[in-house]
Parts: sequence; C-alpha cells; structure tokens
Amino acid sequence: MLKDITIGQFFPGDSIIHRLDPRFKIVITLIFIIMLFTGGTFLCLAVGAVYTLMAVLLSGIPMKMFAKSVKPIMPFLVITAVINLLLMNSGDVLWSWKFIKITHDGINTSVFMIIRIVLLIVGSSILTYTTTPITLTDAIEHLLSPLKRLKFPVHELAMMMSIALRFIPTLIEETDKIISAQKARGAEFDTGSFMNRARNMISILVPLFISSFRRADELATAMECRCYHGGEGRTRLRQLKSAPRDYIALFITILFFALVIALGHICK
Amino acid sequence: MAILQTEELTYTYSIGTPFEKTAVDHVDLSINEGEMVGVMGHTGSGKSTLIQHFNGLLKGTSGRVLLDGKDIWADKEKIRDVRFQVGLVFQYPEYQIFEETVFKDIAFGPKNMGLDDEEIKRRVYDTAHDIGLREELMERSPFELSGGQKRRVAIAGVMAMEPKVLILDEPTAGLDPAGRDKILGHIKAYHERTKNTILIVSHSMEDIAEFADKILVMNKGKLFCYDETKKVFARSKEITKIGLDVPQVTKVFSELRDRGLDFGKEVYTVGYAKELLLKKLREKENGRIA
Repeated sequence: MLKDITIGQFFPGDSIIHRLDPRFKIVITLIFIIMLFTGGTFLCLAVGAVYTLMAVLLSGIPMKMFAKSVKPIMPFLVITAVINLLLMNSGDVLWSWKFIKITHDGINTSVFMIIRIVLLIVGSSILTYTTTPITLTDAIEHLLSPLKRLKFPVHELAMMMSIALRFIPTLIEETDKIISAQKARGAEFDTGSFMNRARNMISILVPLFISSFRRADELATAMECRCYHGGEGRTRLRQLKSAPRDYIALFITILFFALVIALGHICK
Repeated sequence: MAILQTEELTYTYSIGTPFEKTAVDHVDLSINEGEMVGVMGHTGSGKSTLIQHFNGLLKGTSGRVLLDGKDIWADKEKIRDVRFQVGLVFQYPEYQIFEETVFKDIAFGPKNMGLDDEEIKRRVYDTAHDIGLREELMERSPFELSGGQKRRVAIAGVMAMEPKVLILDEPTAGLDPAGRDKILGHIKAYHERTKNTILIVSHSMEDIAEFADKILVMNKGKLFCYDETKKVFARSKEITKIGLDVPQVTKVFSELRDRGLDFGKEVYTVGYAKELLLKKLREKENGRIA
C-alpha cells in the first residue's frame, strides 16, 4: 500500500543518534556526503563504510529499514553499473563482443559506484530515520538564518517545508482513501486497457486536487485566526540546544574525513 | 440464510514496525440475507477496517470472508465482481465525486460493471429516485450542489451497482438533522423496496435503534456482540462500559427500573416508549375507576 512509502519517515527510538542536535546531524551528514565523494579509492570507501556501519549500529534502527530505503533506487544502481561497465574502455580487456568491451577498470568503477551510492543512501537515511521532519526543518531554518541578512525569506521557506512535510502523510492517506472509494465502485488501476486506466486516474486526481485546495484554504484561515504573520518576533516551543555529545560526534566525523583525505594522498 | 460470513478474520497492519497493530482480531460473524444491521464501535475499534474486508479492499492477515458461502479470495481475478455485489460507501463519500455531471458520476460504478447504456440509464434514474435526487439535477455539475445533495449523489453512485449487500460508513456524519433524517429515510425505503442486506456504521444510538434489526458491536478489534437490537440494548451497562452509549430513552427506562417502575421490556425507541407509557397510564386510570 501507499502507506509503506518511506520518504523521510521517522523511526521512533531513543538512541544516541536520535538524541543528537538536528543541526549537528545535518552538518555531519553533509560532511559524510563530501567524504564519500572525496575518497577515490576502495580504501577510502572502506573508511566510509566503517563510519556508516558504526552510525547504523548506534542508531538502533533495524537493517530491514535500510534495505527498504535502498530498494527504490535499485534500477538506478543497475543502470549506473551497466553504463560504467560499458563506457570504461581503459585497462585490461577481459571480454569483448563486437563493439562491447568489458575491462578490468570498468568492473572496478561499477562496483565502486554501487558501494558509494548505497553508502550515500544508507548514511542519509540515518538522518531522516532518526529525526522528525519538523525538527529537521527547524534545524534547516536555524542553519540558514545567516541568509536573513540578505533578505532571503528563510522563515517562510522553512514554514513552507514543514507544511509540505506535515501534509505528505495526510495526502497519502487521502489518496489511499480515494483509491479505495473508487475501487469500491469497480475502478481498475493496475489492469484493464490503457485508456481505461488513464480515465480511472482522473477519478483519483480530481478529488485529490479539490481536497488539497480546500485543505490549503482552511489551513490559511486557521493560521490567520491564530494571528500568524510570518517569522518576525516568533518564539519557539522547542529550543534547539547542543550538548557535548554533539561536538564529540562532529569531531569523530571530521576525524574520519581527515583520514579519508590523508588516505587519498598517500595511496596516490 | 447467511449472505456474509467471516471466519477467524484477523488483520494486522504495519507488521514488523513499531506501529504494528491488530485492528481486527479473530472475528467470527454471520450476517443473514435481508438484514438491516447497525454497526457500532468506539473510534479505533476496528469497525471501519472490518467493513473494508467485506468487499475485498483489504485482505485479512488470516481468516476468511465468505460471500454466499464462497471465499471472496478464492479467485483473485474475480475480486472486482465481489465489489459489485458488496457495495461500500465510505465516510464523507462526497470527496470521491469527480465527474462533470451528476448522471456521469452515478454511472461510474455501473459503467465499470460493463453494463449497456440502456441499463445504466435505468439504474441511475432508479437510484436517483430512491435517494431523492430530482431529475433536473442529473445534468448539473455535482460540485454546485449542497453538501447533503452531494452526499446523496455519492451514495447513489454505489447503490446504482445494485449490490446484494450495501455497507455505509457513517452516511450521516456532518449533516444537519434534516439532512440526516432524509438520508436515513431514503436508505430505509431502499431497503424495503430491494430487501437487500444493509450495514450502517453509526455513532448515533437513536438512529441505530430506529432502523436496525440487529446490532454489531466492535470493541478493540474484537467482536463484542452481534445480536438483535433489543438484546444488545438490554446490555446497556456493558455497552456503556466500553465507551459507547445507549439511546437516551433506554437510559430513562433503565433509571425508572432502578427506581422500581419496571416495564419488563427493553425500550429503545421513543415511539415504543410512548406506547408503553400510555398503556401504563390507561391501566392506572382503569384501576382507579375499578
């Protein structure tokens, strides 16, 4: 069912990773991503893998969940691997057929890319699994706040993001309901002719759009009723506070990053 | 004869996550043909989940659902036919309306059944009549109609498939008393005309007492009871304990009994209460005369 989609789905828990300051978590994730892309050798990747594994274990989130987040990008992985395999022409030729050449370098690059992308997905899902979307946007607002000086609408952007995030489950639920209601009237979405299926899609989209507009309208009214007038002078219910553990986590990450850079230089 | 049965039906969602919950727990049930059933249950008692099993929108984690004695999941390809035989009207069904005209929207179900135009037309007009939609509304856009009318269009959309079993999930939620009485009246008339089995989920005990032959009570995913209306309301103490209510008039009579005035019968409609009271008064007057 649609409910099983995991877009930034929070997985409740009380691990050390859950308790980290979301601002630090975002920065750490960014460093982690840069780290993965700086390291150009398998050794660097191994360091990244150790780091990821450590974070996964600390987060206490079942491996199954990570498998679930990697699954949707499987086609992408396969395509990347195949393209790399076919387009890399340097190195020893292992097998060739007409214009297709499989080389040692090609296999290396393919495997390297797959590992790198999987680590990337797993690492960044730790962020979304251990942080609620709302705290995440809070943290983004905080991190972007220097841009306010440049008249960049940071608060409005964050508000829009939290509203959008807040409504993803609602819309999914709504879509689920509409699909069920139309199925109850005999609509088919996965069988039948193409024209029929296209027609049946309309039976989902029209009600969905109508209810989204209605919801947006109601939400705007409700916000105005509570005197919402933008970010000026607003205080927060939950203050973000950093603790020593946040600095320790950041320090460890930087250490790993330094190790990757060092390894990259040595192995050249 | 039983038309709809469940055997040990269980449904657990989000298995393997912290959100895991058993919404329907080993439900054994047998609903007879032609019955008018009221479905009650606290919010989250699993009644909405349960009714979605009856037309195969949900498939139980274990257990079976039988329609006319046949497992509805015996042939996966045929599940759509089950949906034509067991019509399900969701809560706030007006949110599923999408066509340009009322006629087209009501015709959506019959069209999916693959009926010919003549038959579709007959069914649409028949159900529109049943549910009290005037003919001149048929070519109007459903989005211009009032809330109550929209609701009736949506209900007609399912009724037009002429299902053997019609299930309505809170058909009167959010309507004013006049709109509520109108819809219930039309459903009752439809029931009397077609003699089809009807299940209505409702939070209003008065409504249920008014129309239902039998009551199905769900509590925490389990079948609390399924029995004749008077027998269910006779257990008013237990019903109240699980967070549900009995009709006001039943409460009055149960209080009267506690104070020593026993009518010896279960009272759950105002009409019947009036009858009983008048009889008692007459007896009293006669007693005085004699």
